[in-house]
This record gives sequence, C-alpha cells and structure tokens, in this order.
Amino acid sequence: MKALRKYVDKIKPHFEKGGKFEAFHSTFEAFETFLFVPDKVTTSGSHIRDPLDMKRTMIVVVIALVPTMLFGMWNIGYQHFLALGEQVSLGQAFWFGFLKMLPIIVVSYVVGLGIEFLFAQLRGHEVNEGFLVTGFLIPLIVPVDIPLWMLALAVAFAVVIGKEVFGGTGMNIFNPALTARAFLFFAYPAWMSGDQVWVAGLKHGLQGVDGFSGATPLAEAAAGKIDQLPSVWHMFLGTIPGSIGETSVLAILIGALILIYTGIGSWKIMLSAFTGGLVMGLILNLFAANPYMEIPAWEQLFMGGFAFGMVFMATDPVTSSQTETGKWIYGFLVGIMAILIRVLNPAYPEGVMLAILLMNVFAPLIDHYVVEANIKRRLKRAKVRVQ
Amino acid sequence: MNRVIKLRKGLDIRIQGVAEKNPVSAPPSETYALKPIDIQGLTPKLSVRPDDMVKAGSPLFFDKYRPDILFTSPVSGRVKAVLRGERRKILEVVVEADGKQDFLEYRKGDPLQMKRAEIVETLLKSGVWPFIRQRPFDFVANPADTPKAVFISLFDTSPLAPDYSVILKGKEKTFQTGINVLKQLTDGKVHLGIHPEKSDQSFVNALKNIEIHTFSGPHPAGNVGVHIHHIDPVNKGEQVWVVNPQDVLIIGRLFEEGRFDARRVVVLAGSEVKKTGYFETMMGASVEPMVKDNVKEGALRYISGNVLTGKKIEPSGYIGFYDSLISVIPEGKYFELLGWALPGFDKFSFSRTFFSWLRPGKTYRLDTNLHGGHRPFVLTGEYEKVMPMDILVMQLFKAILTDDIDMMENLGLYEVVEEDIALCEFIDPSKTEMQQILRNGINALLKELG
Repeated sequence: MKALRKYVDKIKPHFEKGGKFEAFHSTFEAFETFLFVPDKVTTSGSHIRDPLDMKRTMIVVVIALVPTMLFGMWNIGYQHFLALGEQVSLGQAFWFGFLKMLPIIVVSYVVGLGIEFLFAQLRGHEVNEGFLVTGFLIPLIVPVDIPLWMLALAVAFAVVIGKEVFGGTGMNIFNPALTARAFLFFAYPAWMSGDQVWVAGLKHGLQGVDGFSGATPLAEAAAGKIDQLPSVWHMFLGTIPGSIGETSVLAILIGALILIYTGIGSWKIMLSAFTGGLVMGLILNLFAANPYMEIPAWEQLFMGGFAFGMVFMATDPVTSSQTETGKWIYGFLVGIMAILIRVLNPAYPEGVMLAILLMNVFAPLIDHYVVEANIKRRLKRAKVRVQ
Repeated sequence: MNRVIKLRKGLDIRIQGVAEKNPVSAPPSETYALKPIDIQGLTPKLSVRPDDMVKAGSPLFFDKYRPDILFTSPVSGRVKAVLRGERRKILEVVVEADGKQDFLEYRKGDPLQMKRAEIVETLLKSGVWPFIRQRPFDFVANPADTPKAVFISLFDTSPLAPDYSVILKGKEKTFQTGINVLKQLTDGKVHLGIHPEKSDQSFVNALKNIEIHTFSGPHPAGNVGVHIHHIDPVNKGEQVWVVNPQDVLIIGRLFEEGRFDARRVVVLAGSEVKKTGYFETMMGASVEPMVKDNVKEGALRYISGNVLTGKKIEPSGYIGFYDSLISVIPEGKYFELLGWALPGFDKFSFSRTFFSWLRPGKTYRLDTNLHGGHRPFVLTGEYEKVMPMDILVMQLFKAILTDDIDMMENLGLYEVVEEDIALCEFIDPSKTEMQQILRNGINALLKELG
C-alpha cells in the first residue's frame, strides 16, 4: 500500500494545475479516490463524519447484484446447450456464459465511464459513482447476443440523455439503466423481443432441437399458450429464457435481502411494489376475460422482469419518490402499472420497464403532495397557536 | 405537569474519551478572551483598546446594531490584544488577568420583586444578557421582544457532553434565582427539559416556577430545539428564548451577588486527552493550562464545544462564549487503500453497511477524516432517521440551495439551528456542508425579509 501511495503521489503533480496532463485531472482523481479514501479532513461543520460515502453505497448495490450476474452467466450457457440438446457440466455452462457476458460488461463500463469522465472534466468536478451501478445493471437487462455497437449506443444514450443533461448523478429524472433498455426497445425492436433473442445463438441462426422454445414465460403467456408456461419452481430458480438478470427470483431475493439489511435499498418501495403487482393480478383474476388474466396473481410476480425491476430499478433513490410516504405510493403504482401493461397491452409483453419509467415521471408529483402536507401541518399549527 | 416523551430518532455516537467525573484542578489561566465569532448575527464594535484596564463586568465590545447589548470581561486586568482576521474582522479580545478579580457592582435583588425593565437593565449593563439566545436563528435575544416561553435543557446528549447533574449539584438556590429572572422576562412559562436518568431528580424537584418535561432517547434528545418542537413549536413571527444551564447560574449569581461572576465548569474530554475531567474555571479562559502536557502525541484537533458543532481552536486558544466542553480528537489526514470497500470492523457508522451496529457496547476513536468527497444528494430518507422533528430535511436543504425563500419558511427553517442539523451532517454519505448551508439559508431569509 505504501509503495502504491508513493507512486500515486509521484505522478499526482502532472495532473494538477500547470501539470502536463492537467486536462485529465478528473480522471486521475477518479482513479485516485477509487484506490484510496482521500486524506481530506473536515474544515466546516461537524468535525467527525460517518465513514459511509457514495462509493460504499454503490458497491453494496453491486454486491447485491452479483448473485443475479453469476446465475445469469450460468443460465446463458445452460439455455444455449439446452437448445443444442447437449449435456454440459455446471462449469462449462458458466464459462460459456461468462465469455458471452464479459464483452457486454466491458463495453458497458468503458463507454459509460468514458462519457462520465469527460463530463466531469468539462464541468470541473469529481467523477460521480452512479455509473458503478448502472454499468452493472445494463448488461443484466439486455439480450445476450446484442451487437456490441448497439449496446455502446444505448449506454451513450443513457448516460448523456438519461443523466448528464440533467446535471449528472443525483439530478436525473429517469432510471439510466432503463433508459438504455428503452432506447434499445424503441430503436431496435427486433432485437429486444421475440423468441430468438433471449438464448445465445438463436439469433445467429442456431437451430434449436425439437421441442425447445426460446420464448420467455411472458411471451408464452401473451400468446395465450398458458399450458406452455414453465413450472413455478423453474421460474423461481430461473432456469428459463429471459434477460440475464431477471430470470432467477432466488438470486434476486438474495440481492433484495442484502439491500434491505444494509438499508441501501428501500424496503418500502419493494414491499409496496409487490403488493401493487399482487393487487393488480387479483383484479385481473376477478375479470378473467382471457387465460392470461387467469394466471394466479402471485405467479405474475415470478414472471418476467417484475422481481428484478422492483428490487433493483424501482428502488433507485434518485428517480423514485424521495419522501418516505411518497415511496409507498410510488411503489404501489409501479406494481399496478407493470402488471396492467403486461397483461392488457398486446404491444408490450413486459410492462416493468415502462411502468417504472412512467412512475419516474410522476415521482416528483407524489413528493410534491407529501411536501404540501408537511407545510400544511406547520401552517395549521401556527393558526391554532394564534387562536 | 410532567410529560414523558420518548424520542426514537437519532444516534448516540459512541466516541472514546468520555470525561471522568472528577473535579480536576489546573493553574488558573493567565489570559481570557471573548470571541465575537461565537455569537451568531453579531457585528461587534469595540469599547476598549489594547492596554486599557478593565474590571470584571467592564464592557469589551457591544453589538453595533443594538448598542445596549454589551459583552463584558469575565476578569479584571489589562486588555492585552485585539486579534483581527480578514477584512479587520474582530476574532478575539484578549484580557490579561491581574489576579485581583475586581468586579463592577450592579444592583442585586430578588427578581420576583423587581420589574421587568429593571431586570433587563441589570442584565444588559453587566454583559450577562447575551447568554440569553432566541430561537429561531440562535441570535442574542432582543430585549425589546417578549418571548412566548423560555426553554432550558438540563441534559446534553452530544458526544462527550458534560453531565449537568454533576456540575449543578448543590446549586439549586442560585439556579432558582436564575429561573426567577427568566420567568419575569416572558409572559409564558419557563420549560425545563430533563432526562429520566441523566438528570438529578432531587435537584429538579427542588425547583419552582418551572414546567418540567422529560425526554428520553438518543442524541439529539438533549437539544433544546427538539424540546421546543415537541412542547411549543416556534412558528413564523414567534420567539422563544433559550439559556444553557451554567449560564442560568451566572444569571442567578448576578442578582444574588450583584456582579458578573463568570465561573464555569468546563469538561475536558476526548480520546487524545491523558487525564480528562471537570475543571473549575471561568468563561473565556485559555485552554492551555488544561491541555498542557495532558494530550497524546500526533496531529490533534482541539475543539471548543462538541465534535459535532464545536469550533476548532489552537491548543493555546480560548473556551467559546457558550461552551462547557473542550474536545480533543486525532486529526484524520491519511489515505486508506480501498477503505470504502473493506468491511471496516473498527469503524463507527450509523449505516448497516458497516458492522458497528452489531456491537452496541464498543466505543471508537473517531478522527476528522472526511471519509469521501462531496457529492449531490442521492440517498433519501436518511436524514429523517436522526431528526426527531417533523421536518423534511433534504427538501428544506434543496430549498436553501435554490434560494427558495418561501419554501425555506414553509419547511421549517424557523425551527432548526446548526446543532439540530449536525447529526444529519455526520451521517450524510454525500458529505454536504449542512451546518454552513443552513446558516446561509437563515442569512438569505433575513436579508429577504429586511
């Protein structure tokens, strides 16, 4: 550690004012503060500070996502070889998936962080840690065979339009990872839906064996093939086609527990979102106009990207409601909208992305009313006093 | 009426170095100083020049905009120096004590028999008035105002805080005189906030003319602002007045003895102090006799006040105007390799991303490291966990940062001062300078209101 610190101290002057690489100051600082918690001491206000900072907050979310990433990697391999009708070991399936995912993860981080570094340098402040999470989320919600150039475009769109134009981390309205997915969905729809995109190789002409379907449970349900739905156990474990992070409810559950235990993810949003989804599912069960609506409400929570979206995307503190009361309302409405869109709208087999983006727009409105209530309480107290 | 209010929101910071409750003697300080920067909203004008002779109770400076508010010397002697900072701002007025302690005499008497105007006059002339502060904003109270109530908090929950039941022991009579003075200044009640364990019940039961409220819970349960919020909140256009417990004694002594008797017990605490304890000294004393040869090696931070709200001073510096505590902690100027990613078993945190919450008995040696860089607000709902008042903290701060005067008023700017925000600032992962921003907001509001 001392040798590393010495080296950093030696090259540091080059990046300061007047140094050769002054233009890359923000980049240098980003790497320096990534390696070392800075030696800054308090100069105003409280003399002591909590060791929790934004970097640690973000790393907890990434840790919470690791189970889904690991499972997803294995599942890529598993689905691929299932399509070929081959038997492979756990290790082989995982390795296949890992090799498929690695370029996606690398492109996501390199493009995203590159743009973030650029904006930080232009604005003259420190690189924000928000992309540490977004960069990990995006690979989990794209199809496995997505062309890397398409991914790069989506990441750039998400970082620039989804975040930087609003002022960077903490200022954005829309969840950046979902902005990337929305971009892909509307710009390259053939690549984002259908039976062939969710299993490695199918899009490139791989022929599946007889009886293999690359369709996700949602696609089957939307097509009315309720009898083709995998068992609830499979949907819980995640051994089904789908986007990489969304299939295993079990892995997502582990992540949810990590987020709730550490207090980084809002349990209020998670609970109200699942409740909302359940309520909407029950309402649909009541009407039961088609077989899709008849799927038991609680099963709906296992299908598609619902669990993943509610645990990792809806809970984004910046884009969700920022008051505690607001979080209940926001989460509930996301759950309701996600199931509603998914079941009743033929154009969108998955409603989670759109439900969250929609509620991102309404979150400030919900907060506005909570804030108004706080103000009114204060004014009422003043009036009572005057009497 | 005795109301027991259990507060749940807050955080007791388990910092090492709580002072032993022993009286410790130190040689009396040779110099004493009054620091105008300790007093919010004050523009001082000097009454003395270097080399002037003063008595205890002689004016050193006064409030430029309210010239009847005087700040007087705690000791008799010679004005040694006037320290100035940027743009000739007065930082310290230093008096060298002559050891004789000559007092200026004022009219003493039973406050309950005196008229309000007489009481106010004595307080102003003697320089004791500034110990009475107003909420909102924490300025020195305006003698022309009549507050709706007076609040005294008898216990301090901040880190390393003095134990007032020890300090006030046996001083019921003088404390009562102080209460009687305050009672005459308001049309309303004098409220006393106590703690079920920390406050001495026999002391409290001996007092009259007060209303007692019992509060329990983690810090900031001892903050007088929290008490005010729960008993009689301050709305726009109202004031309450607040006084520290030891300053109530100073007020009491003024009317009992007829002089400005600035004696105060100051606690020396902190992990870097060799021998901690309760020092009998005077307001404005130099801390040098207390800390000389009494602190550990290394880069240290000396703080007049507590580690959350106190001001940095030099080892030869002076006790702050309102302070009863000197905290000495290590400076934290070091790099930590991947510190934000490691488990950090030896770190104290409010967050469960560390593990200090699993060991409720352990105390920590806390230093001044910032632990990160400044960021925008990201996590939400955290500040409210340590704010036992019905205030939307982040929204209030966003209103201040966007200069939205109406929203600042509406969201409770009248109800909080720095000490109520300090815990939020402590836990803030975005390292926002919240106490500074709050004061900026108050200044902006006052500027707008004229």
